[in-house]
Amino acid sequence: MTAARNETWALLGGFALLALLPLVATNFYVTLASSALVAAMLALSLNLMVGSLGLVSLGHAAFFGAAAYTVYYLVPSGGSLSFLVTLPAAILVASLASLVIGAISLRTKGFFFLMVTLAFGQMVFFLFHDTKLGGGGDGVFFTRPGFSAFGWEIRLDRRARGVATYYLNLLLLAAMFFGLRALLQTLFGRVVAGIRANEHRMRALGYDVYRYKLACFVLSGALAGIAGHMWAMQKGVVNPELASWHNSAEALLMILLGGLRSLHGPILGAIAYTGIGEIADLLTERRKLVEGLIILAAVLLLPQGIAGIRLKRGDG
Amino acid sequence: MDLSGLLAQILNGLQYGLLLFLISSGLTLIFGIMGIINLAHGSLFMVGAYAAFLSVKSFGSLWLALPLGLIGGAVLGALLERFLFRYFYRREHLDQVLLTFALILLFEELRSIVAGNGFHAVEVPALLDFSVAVTRDFSYSAYRLFALAICLVLAAVLFHAIHRTRFGAMIRAGADKPEMVQMLGIDVSRVHVAVFAVGTALAVVAGMLAAPLYSVYPGMGDGFLIISFVVVVIGGIGSVGGAFWAALLIGLVDTLGKVFLPSVAGIAVYVLMAAVLLLRPSGLFARTQ
Repeated sequence: MTAARNETWALLGGFALLALLPLVATNFYVTLASSALVAAMLALSLNLMVGSLGLVSLGHAAFFGAAAYTVYYLVPSGGSLSFLVTLPAAILVASLASLVIGAISLRTKGFFFLMVTLAFGQMVFFLFHDTKLGGGGDGVFFTRPGFSAFGWEIRLDRRARGVATYYLNLLLLAAMFFGLRALLQTLFGRVVAGIRANEHRMRALGYDVYRYKLACFVLSGALAGIAGHMWAMQKGVVNPELASWHNSAEALLMILLGGLRSLHGPILGAIAYTGIGEIADLLTERRKLVEGLIILAAVLLLPQGIAGIRLKRGDG
Repeated sequence: MDLSGLLAQILNGLQYGLLLFLISSGLTLIFGIMGIINLAHGSLFMVGAYAAFLSVKSFGSLWLALPLGLIGGAVLGALLERFLFRYFYRREHLDQVLLTFALILLFEELRSIVAGNGFHAVEVPALLDFSVAVTRDFSYSAYRLFALAICLVLAAVLFHAIHRTRFGAMIRAGADKPEMVQMLGIDVSRVHVAVFAVGTALAVVAGMLAAPLYSVYPGMGDGFLIISFVVVVIGGIGSVGGAFWAALLIGLVDTLGKVFLPSVAGIAVYVLMAAVLLLRPSGLFARTQ
């Protein structure tokens, strides 16, 4: 029990530290940290599939992208719209997209599932890239959703808006984290863990495995939608790359980097990966080289991720 | 569109399909036998295309590049197997995905260092820079016919090697029952090296043949990789014959789709894949077990 209590304290401490960051950091670092939180949401949502259910999806960024494009469609040109409208809409679109794609791709397993999610993700990418649905291959700018409700708008200067977006991200990430933690403790979570361990046995016990998988897929798509919405809200621009499979692969990397057997692993991984990317940009022109070598090192040397390092020391 | 125009598009589709077959046959063999998901397979295609570009630029000839590409590709594949992939046969899919994703990034960076980040057209070899009169009022690019022929020859050699030779029997047996093959005293690791060498060589040569047709550009391996995945899914995992028919199907659907329904052509092949999965989840041409 003390281990669990210690973990809770560590988590609360971590979130408290993150909450204090805007008090000391400049605009640049608040924006960077905001991006890290969005990446953490994406990684956390994907980990529901990869870590909890044991299915590797390479099309997850499609839902992230679909949600971001929803914001672009909704905001009228020249006008503004509250995030209280755009956020639920983005979640809805991401859920519907993941329901359709999940219903088809979950008929397959393992290697097939990976390729099929990859192909569907790429289909969404081409939808935004080539058809009139998107704004062209280079992306489009729009007015960022505002902080307003029922005709009241909170007017914010640039600094305050960045800080407000940061806290909204932190709030959503914390809600997602503790929500998932609670969910995985319920019967639903136990069944999901059972499917990861032995799908046939769960089926033999009478569970409709397909339905549980689809529920996970849609939930993780919806959560990716939250991340996609916050990306669009922060940047005020969308481009097809958001839905590309490179984005999905990066989210997988964050999970692997942080450790996929825990819930805080993906968050640590996302923060570490964003930080590494930033440092790589500062030091060298060749970001891909640095990223490639880090992934290679992580795959070869860190099969349990950052969270795994700490865990091992605790065991010994 | 008149008849000769349609004929040209059908030939284009077949030629594109055969190119896809060269890429996807390696992909399907490597997964079918070693269980490796090789996302970097598209990068090997790109390596071939850029090697052709550099060869034409430096020596003014594609002819030297093709045989060298076949040999160089085989060596590259064997080295990758021996020093990297061999350690990932028993690892989880996630690890394989990330390993090969890292390779994509490294190959892209290598491409950027060696050849820069621009688009480059690659000249069709002078010897083949003319059109062949197929009918009285229809002629077709000689280079495209040449690419088509080379692909067909390679496909025939591959089929012969897999179905008619002793080594092919080892490959097929290794795919079905690796432990049994091992117990019979056959060195399975040699089979693995060979499969990687052949798969890589085919992808590299496909890239070389493609360079004059599609020009070379950053990230060009990505598009071909994903379409090749669609081919493997439709053809059925591990089935080279399935990959052949699926590649021709996809080549025709994509090419004709771009002509007749340009607005939805980009997603037509994915819709086709979804339909196949709904009807036959293990692929159109999969063997029934």
